[in-house]
Amino acid sequence: MVEKSIEEINRRIKEGNVNVVTAEEMVGILGELGAKEAAKEVDVVTTGTFGAMCSSGVWLNFGHPEPPMKMNKVFLNGVEAYSGVAAVDAFIGAGQLSETEGFDYGGAHVIEDLIRGKSIDLHATSYGTDCYPRKTLDTTLNIYDLNQAIMINPRNGYQKYNVATNGINRTIYTYMGSLLPNYGNVTYSGAGVLSPLSNDPDYQTIGVGTPIFLGGTKGHIIGEGTQHSPETNFGTLMLRGDLKDMSADYIRAANFHEYGTSLYVGMGIPIPILNEQLAQSTAVTDKDVVTNVLDYGVPSRDRPVLRKVNYEELRTGSIEINGRDTPTSSMSSFKKSREIAGELKKWVAAGEFFVNSPSQRLPAKATCKPMRQTTRNPLVQDIMAKDVVVIDENATFHEAAKMIMENTFSHLPVVSEDGKLAGIVTAWDISKAVAETGCNYVKDIMTKKVLTSNATDPIDIAARNLDMKDVSAMPVIDNDGYVIGIITSNDISKLFARRR
Amino acid sequence: MMIKINISSNVIGEPILAESMIKTRTALNISQAHFDSTYGEIIAEVETDDFKAIRKALESKGAKVTVLDYPIVRDEEECVECGACISVCPAHVFSFDDDWGIAQNTEKCIQCGTCIKMCPHRALSLEK
Ligand code: SF4
Ligand code: SF4
Repeated sequence: MVEKSIEEINRRIKEGNVNVVTAEEMVGILGELGAKEAAKEVDVVTTGTFGAMCSSGVWLNFGHPEPPMKMNKVFLNGVEAYSGVAAVDAFIGAGQLSETEGFDYGGAHVIEDLIRGKSIDLHATSYGTDCYPRKTLDTTLNIYDLNQAIMINPRNGYQKYNVATNGINRTIYTYMGSLLPNYGNVTYSGAGVLSPLSNDPDYQTIGVGTPIFLGGTKGHIIGEGTQHSPETNFGTLMLRGDLKDMSADYIRAANFHEYGTSLYVGMGIPIPILNEQLAQSTAVTDKDVVTNVLDYGVPSRDRPVLRKVNYEELRTGSIEINGRDTPTSSMSSFKKSREIAGELKKWVAAGEFFVNSPSQRLPAKATCKPMRQTTRNPLVQDIMAKDVVVIDENATFHEAAKMIMENTFSHLPVVSEDGKLAGIVTAWDISKAVAETGCNYVKDIMTKKVLTSNATDPIDIAARNLDMKDVSAMPVIDNDGYVIGIITSNDISKLFARRR
Repeated sequence: MMIKINISSNVIGEPILAESMIKTRTALNISQAHFDSTYGEIIAEVETDDFKAIRKALESKGAKVTVLDYPIVRDEEECVECGACISVCPAHVFSFDDDWGIAQNTEKCIQCGTCIKMCPHRALSLEK
């Protein structure tokens, strides 16, 4: 049994004879020497990752203005920062969008602009108190004007990430990027072989107080992250670092089309090799890191798992989905992850960066619970009109017109001889038919590609579908294709108005 | 060179492409084609020497020909070399090089713009 102490390793770092390698290099070393010799030989293994970490933000302290103010609402370049704490502190979150520029600019951009030393417009309002009389404030400042700019990321460095693809027939835009229709592509995140938590999955050395590489400078782990779920191998970390020392090489704002803003964060953790078990775990390969491919076309918390996949397969550039080779895209940068592991290695080798034992271990037993919801989600069946009138596809459009006139619906589902949904006609289709010649029957004028809904779909999903396709009504069909109701955007707006 | 051929609805039923190719004895290497009842769009590669002739032939039959000579531009300052753009490009313009950097073959770009929406760092553009 090889046993090394933190003190021993730090002494070597100090004396300049530490043996530090990256997690990628460790794979080969272990293969050559075996766990026992590798544990003797190697003192520190460095990891690295660079990817979108939405759960990131910065605590800022602006200093007190004259006359003083208890800032109640704070905006930085038009992006709201949370200021429900003491007078001149605020937290700018990466995902907060600008009030004026929307998707184009968000908290992540404010953070990058601060790092780059750019000037930021601060606008604040308050209600005024005896001790803090001021009610509004406008000023321009940069990172050097602030007392503190401390990055605190509630959830970074996920042990692994789910892989995304999309089974529906339109492109969807997600936090995993554009997902092309009909399983047209696959996107993934994470650094595989270099992933920090995958290299110490039992959290033997990674814990509260572990010094890390964060954004180009030294930071610390302050505990487990939110949604920490070690029992399902989705451990997370909460991180702290000084934004004033960070570099835009390793902290970058990002825009995900039709999703919002996020922050690319560069992070790396050094793992002291105290024993054979750590030598073994830091030799984890891309092949060993296995995750699930999920269908993001299903707009639910519980997305179906299409298959398992490892990072080696993902990195070949394509994986098989439903029997077809599907191209893969990485959302995080492996090149940058390597750079970070390499940078950290240099710091350790140069005697500038030491390791320590955690002052407290991370919880090894925990899972992430779903939300407790005390009100039932309204479903399509709760508000759909059940007394829906349908028309036979062989009816004439005069009959259709009559039916629309007699009823209050402006949409008439069309059924074929077997009674199943075949199309839909609207008052508009009928007026078009009157204007054109040669169309006598409903089947000639109906829209055949009908957007439909299921009775048990949540209303929010039906509403989004109507919005996306820009239609105002959908027939509700059962599993066999029979029309059992109709749902209109009007019904939905009424419901949402009540819910407010 | 890459060209885009647009065919409007009034001539969509006619064998414009085939006739133009036969007439000019030119080969069009079609890489993308999209047709529906209202319009058609074809992306094709053609030898530079043949371009004038085929354009004339196509345009005389009512098609519109555009040269795709402003391919995608990648801003290397903004790009973090993630590779997000790789899987969405229909022309396989992007790939990883041996060091996990981004290699690109912009000659194949058909200027569709798909990668622009995908890039999380707004590093890609089609402006001249
Ligand atoms: S998606 Fe954008 S940032 Fe990523 S590699 Fe492509 S151009 Fe670079
Ligand atoms: S615009 Fe982008 S996605 Fe389209 S062909 Fe060119 S490089 Fe590929």
